[in-house]
Amino acid sequence: MATAENPKYKVIGTRPVRHDGADKVTGRAKYGADIKLSGMLYAATLRSPHAHAKIKSIDTSKAEALPGVRAIVTSADLPAQGDRIVELGEGAANMRHLTANVLAREKVLYKGHAIAAVAADNIHIAEEAIKLIEVVYELLPPVMDVRKAMAADAPILNDDIRTASVGSAPAAKDSKPTNIAKHFLFEKGDIAAGFAKADVIVEREFDTAMVHQGYIEPHNATALWNTDGKITVWMSTQGSFSARQQTAELLKVPISSVKVIPTEIGGGFGGKISVYFPPVAALLSKKSGRPVKLVMSRASVFEATGPTPGSHMKVKLGATKDGQLVAGEAWIAFEAGAYTGSPIGPACMCVFACYDLPNGRVEGFDVCVNKPRTNAYRAPGSTHVAFATETLVDEICEKIGMDAADFRIKNAAKEGVRRVDGPVYARIGMVETVEAIKNSDHYKTPLEGKYRGRGIASGFWFNCGLKSSASATVNPDGTVSLLEGSTDIGGSRVGIAMQLAETLGITAEEVIPTVGDTDSAGYCDVTGGSRVTFATGIAAIEAAKDIQRQLVERAAMIWEVDVAQISYRDGGVHGPDGKFLSFKEMAGKLHATGGAVIGRGTSSAATQGGAFGTHCVDVEVDPELGKVQILRYTAAQDCGTAIHPSYVEGQIQGGAVQGIGWALNEEYWYDERGEMRNATYLDYRIPTCYDVPMIDTIIVEVPDPQHPYGVRGVGEVPICPPPAAIANAIYAAVGVRMHDLPMSPPRLSAEILKKK
Amino acid sequence: MATINMPRVFIPPPMRPLTAGEEVVEVAGANIAQVIENLEQRFPGMKERLCQDDALRPGLSVAVGDSVATLGMLQRTGPDVEIHFLPAIGGG
Amino acid sequence: MSGKRVVTLTVNGDRVEFLCEARQTLLEVLRNNLDLTGTKEGCSNGNCGACTVIMDGRPVVSCLVLAVEAEGSELRTIEGVARGSHLDEVQSAFLEGAALQCGICTPGFIVQTEALLEENPNPTEDDIRFYLAGNLCRCTGYDKIVRAVQAAAEARQVAAN
Ligand code: FES
Ligand code: FES
Repeated sequence: MATAENPKYKVIGTRPVRHDGADKVTGRAKYGADIKLSGMLYAATLRSPHAHAKIKSIDTSKAEALPGVRAIVTSADLPAQGDRIVELGEGAANMRHLTANVLAREKVLYKGHAIAAVAADNIHIAEEAIKLIEVVYELLPPVMDVRKAMAADAPILNDDIRTASVGSAPAAKDSKPTNIAKHFLFEKGDIAAGFAKADVIVEREFDTAMVHQGYIEPHNATALWNTDGKITVWMSTQGSFSARQQTAELLKVPISSVKVIPTEIGGGFGGKISVYFPPVAALLSKKSGRPVKLVMSRASVFEATGPTPGSHMKVKLGATKDGQLVAGEAWIAFEAGAYTGSPIGPACMCVFACYDLPNGRVEGFDVCVNKPRTNAYRAPGSTHVAFATETLVDEICEKIGMDAADFRIKNAAKEGVRRVDGPVYARIGMVETVEAIKNSDHYKTPLEGKYRGRGIASGFWFNCGLKSSASATVNPDGTVSLLEGSTDIGGSRVGIAMQLAETLGITAEEVIPTVGDTDSAGYCDVTGGSRVTFATGIAAIEAAKDIQRQLVERAAMIWEVDVAQISYRDGGVHGPDGKFLSFKEMAGKLHATGGAVIGRGTSSAATQGGAFGTHCVDVEVDPELGKVQILRYTAAQDCGTAIHPSYVEGQIQGGAVQGIGWALNEEYWYDERGEMRNATYLDYRIPTCYDVPMIDTIIVEVPDPQHPYGVRGVGEVPICPPPAAIANAIYAAVGVRMHDLPMSPPRLSAEILKKK
Repeated sequence: MATINMPRVFIPPPMRPLTAGEEVVEVAGANIAQVIENLEQRFPGMKERLCQDDALRPGLSVAVGDSVATLGMLQRTGPDVEIHFLPAIGGG
Repeated sequence: MSGKRVVTLTVNGDRVEFLCEARQTLLEVLRNNLDLTGTKEGCSNGNCGACTVIMDGRPVVSCLVLAVEAEGSELRTIEGVARGSHLDEVQSAFLEGAALQCGICTPGFIVQTEALLEENPNPTEDDIRFYLAGNLCRCTGYDKIVRAVQAAAEARQVAAN
């Protein structure tokens, strides 16, 4: 075990090898697509070739007649839902929309929209059968642009949508349907008076393209609908309990009749929360009497899962000439995709979140367009708005001649500052992250050379709390088996085990963590919102304290003294007269003192104190090609307390590189028919290791008072600053301000040409 | 009526027609459910905009002080505390 | 479908025989027929490298190789990297260096790294980045992967001397 980097702790701050590591480097770890059950059938999905159409009829008879075909399902097999809004652990969903997204009902709303599925003896037969299904469509004009979709005469996607807002009046019965599903408005102070005080005002419009999480493992689900009515689903998911609930609601069966067994998961970033396959696989299993496996193709992952919205934004900032922000205004429209649900709420709440802004007004719209229904993607909504705000801040700094780091320090949000959306900040570390960049070797080293430039930018994310639980059983050899229900995407098992180990005073290796299924582990909300190390960590700490309490009772029995005379600390029980038994010694005595000791813990944590990051990047621009090379990259982030520094660094590095991809290359490229023309990795082009340098990280630790060890979630913030930091660096390099994402070679070279 | 100890409710802009434009109102209530009941007494129509059946509307969250309440309608308030109604936040 | 073929080859040192259809890829046969599910599928069109195996000494993406083309070849997959119950230097370096998060890309990276170090035991950072550019990882940002490869190369050099 490595030595602790944090002297306060024995385990926290060390870098033990993860418990699931050996399986993952030998190919033994079982991911969703690796599941194989006896008698298992393979299924394929029929998807819409059109972006917007009515389904007139579906004829499956030819497909049914193909030898080897065992079952076919369409939306007719899914129960009707009516108008139900259901809270699904991490966000509410309209069940009517959710079921129509799983299998289209009257209409298809995007290219790739699932219509039917076939289970067959092997995947090739299933794919042949798909081609034999005959669907008659009535084509409708696709709406691909958020502003066009908001126009009064736009074709309407869903005739049940009326604009809703926090605290808005219910829509009148006879009101007309709209594509604007949500509208938010936040105000603070007096913006007219605020802007009147400004010496400099900058206002720009921004467009960002739809982008995908790009996890390497495609969605999958294998389901068995048993003869006793019990449904078992094996799948990779960010939340097995949420997947269970969605599946049960979609099939209208009791939650207890669905068991979700989470396999290892090959990335999610927010995209593996929504359910697509489980109800379909379950119905195919019910019809065929066999287990059925569905694995998504890469093209469908792009076309038909939940990317993050494209956006159109207008943002305005005002400051005095000595560098004081006085007012800000933002108008933000997000593409929800086919159904409502973009992260427009968080976007509105994040747009000015890094700053102490005395006067602000933010308006946001969630708008349906003929693209896949969007989902969370790492700090959902925050990257878009950080791109806008942080490039405006750079422009202000240039105009008033102030250092970009100093300006941010001067205006940074801190404890006690009221946000534009209302609440007041608790202890946060925005200032500290900017200072960390300002004092970094990177920032202090001058950048030389033609067409080179440096930029910095900051970002914010809330970090969720939500509900978690854990239980822990003491083994006679002094180890502990830890059971929790948070699926582990990036090494969270080891981080949670370390918190339990720290509390009990044992080593990380002495904890054996398992991610349980929905019938064995206690309830946990999804792995998302940067919440697992924080909230499931708290549950594990509670479980450890429960063990401590029970061991104290056992020691009282052994020493024949009162429990009040005994305390648990430094890895064991301490009694009167210097009596001491280590955890291991106590574990060896359990069978003789009453049997097993099982600790349990739950947490239902409020939102964590928010997390901030500030990044610094050096670029070199090829002025002919418009290609941007990242020369050097440093990311500073407030992580509260870093439990396992390697995985904290890894989250920051991974997030930063996703942000670099978003900044420079990635976009959904649609033609006028509403067809995505780049639905492959080759054409969508996520960063490869040849595109990026090493990503230096600076872990800033401003402990979050809401967690016993001060943890703050780290996963999401690092994706927010890169696009703005790179845009600012491009400006420094070639004098061109970019307002659209991605800043791909064609776009950038066109801007450079315009300037000439 | 005592005013010092009452929770202060920040009214979202779309609801301000109900409060005749008032942005912050002081309302008694030991928990959110009581606060909403009392809001409804003073400003009829509030409850249906905030609640569905006896819970907060899906997609809506309430912040008490500086953090989002986890207990919804049952969340205890406190003297002088601020109450904000906000869109619920998930995450990736 | 008619016309199944018998294919004989060596997988991780063992002689293996299987029956397959002409349209089946090597990836599909490894995973479905031979239950060697350590080789992963990320895209099935040669873009992600998750399915990388070493065929007759060269790294190939097994989703673009037809199973029948593998007749007579010598294959090494992720399952054949460890030496008995001991991890090899590349695997250890990935573990110690936290070069994986979700781990779905890891088998492909490890196999590709084996091929790299075979060809070039002492690669520069640039060599590494160039050689691994066909393997996509969405979680790590590559920093720790590149460092793990450097560490593995070093460990091998030390072991060889
Ligand atoms: S699955 Fe073969 S390269 Fe992606
Ligand atoms: S570790 Fe997840 S894709 Fe590489």
